[in-house]
Amino acid sequence: MPALSPTMTEGNLTKWLVQEGQVVKAGDVIAEIETDKATMEVEAVDEGTVEKLLYKEGDNNIPVNKPIALISEEQVNHSDTSENKKNTTLKKVNQKTTEPSITIKKDEKEEVNLSKDQITMRQAIRDTIAEEMRKDKKVFILGEEVAEYQGAYKVTQGLLEEFGKKRVIDTPISEQGFTGLAVGAAFKGLTPIVEFMTFNFSMQAIDQIINSAAKTLYMSGGQINCPIVFRGPNGAAAQVAAQHSQDFSSWYSHVPGLKVVAPSTPLNAKGLLREAIRDPNPVIFLENEILYGLKGEVSADDNFTIPFGKANVAKEGKDTTIVTYSIMLHKSLEAAKILKNEFDLNVEVIDLQSLRPIDKETILKSVKKTNRLVTVEESWPFASVGSEVVNIVQQQAFDYLDSPIIKVNSADVPMPYSSELEKLYLPQVEDIVKAVKEVNYI
Amino acid sequence: MKKLSKSEHLKIFSYMLKIRRFEERSAQLYGMGHIGGFCHLYIGQEAVVVGVLMTIHKNDSVVTTYRDHGHMIARGLDPKKIMAELTGRADGYSAGKGGSMHMFSKENNFYGGHGIVGAQVPIGTGIAFTHKYNGDKNICRTYIGDGAMNNGQVFEAFNLAALWELPVLYIIENNKYGMGTSVDRAAAGSDLYKRGEAFGIKGEIVDGMNVYSVIKAADKAGEYVRSGKGPYILEVQTYRYRGHSMSDPAKYRTKDELEEYKNSDPIEIVRAEILKKKFATESELEKISKEIIEEVKAAADFALQSKFPSSEELYTDVYI
Repeated sequence: MPALSPTMTEGNLTKWLVQEGQVVKAGDVIAEIETDKATMEVEAVDEGTVEKLLYKEGDNNIPVNKPIALISEEQVNHSDTSENKKNTTLKKVNQKTTEPSITIKKDEKEEVNLSKDQITMRQAIRDTIAEEMRKDKKVFILGEEVAEYQGAYKVTQGLLEEFGKKRVIDTPISEQGFTGLAVGAAFKGLTPIVEFMTFNFSMQAIDQIINSAAKTLYMSGGQINCPIVFRGPNGAAAQVAAQHSQDFSSWYSHVPGLKVVAPSTPLNAKGLLREAIRDPNPVIFLENEILYGLKGEVSADDNFTIPFGKANVAKEGKDTTIVTYSIMLHKSLEAAKILKNEFDLNVEVIDLQSLRPIDKETILKSVKKTNRLVTVEESWPFASVGSEVVNIVQQQAFDYLDSPIIKVNSADVPMPYSSELEKLYLPQVEDIVKAVKEVNYI
Repeated sequence: MKKLSKSEHLKIFSYMLKIRRFEERSAQLYGMGHIGGFCHLYIGQEAVVVGVLMTIHKNDSVVTTYRDHGHMIARGLDPKKIMAELTGRADGYSAGKGGSMHMFSKENNFYGGHGIVGAQVPIGTGIAFTHKYNGDKNICRTYIGDGAMNNGQVFEAFNLAALWELPVLYIIENNKYGMGTSVDRAAAGSDLYKRGEAFGIKGEIVDGMNVYSVIKAADKAGEYVRSGKGPYILEVQTYRYRGHSMSDPAKYRTKDELEEYKNSDPIEIVRAEILKKKFATESELEKISKEIIEEVKAAADFALQSKFPSSEELYTDVYI
């Protein structure tokens, strides 16, 4: 199974275009593979005869790097037949493992009627958009490749078919233009959902987001609001290097007039996105590409929302508080397990969910209980969301702290390409374990 | 286009004069320290916005640049509340939080007043998108300064407007200078109305010192856009008598150039036309003139007597 996207960890074999016994040349299309982003054709890299197809059409979740067929070299002009078995596997790729499914303690669970089935984060986002579009004709979505291509990350799959091209709109690669246009549409009363293919490209449009969307309610003395959602993947994917891996959580959280949320699970993705679409203010909805395939339960109620400014205590504990959000929730929970098993430390993990407004109360309550704090986030360290958490705690719970707070962030450098350097750049479970030990003087 | 009636002639005269007197009073209040920050006057350009006003439908939308006082007056907004905003008072259109460059009136479909050069162009295009989305047959007039015509997002907006056939009329107010840089020092190929050609957007040049030329062109262009044919560009040639903002001595141009434009003053053209057509006598126009001076004075008095925003207002209107 070849890796056909930066974040692909497994693929589905949708179609064989060759049969066993067939002679193929390098470059011949031999199969169709469904990746996390699209359905792609796979070409043979060597000449030879298809000796055996190792999977059948319709087989799903085949891990990257697993052979899918055996091609033996043609006998013609080749004397060496001892090592004639090759497979179509392409180069070894950096593999990020995402948990196939999750069970995180949910504050909301108490009131939430959970669905029977687990769905992916991608589907949770897609379903919420569709549900809200069904309820409110003012809601529409625009962005690059959202319609005919079905979404660069398949998030908008099927929306064009259901809602038509009036409400599911492909834009040119023209971020400042279409963002400004969407802001104007929101001023005039529509509810646009702007998909940035990734938030890296939102920098092209950041003037419209901040100077127009965030400030006009204030500048107009409360007359003109901007009900709009800016959404898309934020932060690092896998080996897409400096210009495509940036985390914008603190950039946008800095701005009064914007609300900023970062889901970590399918459940809170649904609750937060619905809240975002219904909010009369501009909302930045920071997704994470690595988490798109993450499965989990969601609310069965298609009116389920999670109010902004409410953090989720994903794991209770008494020894140290970890404040985190988005993908780093999962690394923090892994670290918590290790800390429990190896050091008997019972860590409390708070998933912020909402970065602006931020849930001071939950953070302070936890720190007053544990007396130790580590913040964990993917963004650069300087002036990050964690920095703000540190400020809140030093100001309002100073006397409760038994040790200095440690922030775990990415390295303070542009994201490198090489997988080895990328691993060093990103916060890892070991880094979190080390930080928690340090605040416990272990 | 039908012939303009007597009352329409007098309306044009009144609005243009009101804008001029209002701006002169603004300059005075600025000098006295009642208006702060940036203040961009519209004197000399009155025929543009008043000409377009004569062709506008009630539910059409307008969005413009930071040189917006005249646009507000032409949209029929209350000079008292405009002046209150300029002086930072609670009774201003933006409750004292917007100031000269950022004024809005949602109930009059006036969407600002934007301080960032070029930013209003995608926004106006988005308002037009909404008119089309709602199928309401209204259009959005989006004003652009000549300086913004070298700003990338303008062309992104042109592309989207043409691609999606949006009902937007782009009106370039070419007053010859983007701050202190003349158009020919800023624009390669200074025919700004041709800058939509690559997108298939038709454009034409209009004499913006003559309100009758503006009305004729704006009427035709407005109906073209309203008929669903997509965007249209008018490049209206005009001139600002004052500097870019209050602090600009305008040394980048000659006194002769200014005098030449003043000799074909847009308000004088209207006055002459009214007298020629015998729609009013000199003394009747003088009477209108006096009434306008009183109205503007009342606006200034109202503003200066209005309260400053209360301290609680600092934290309101950030979110709803």
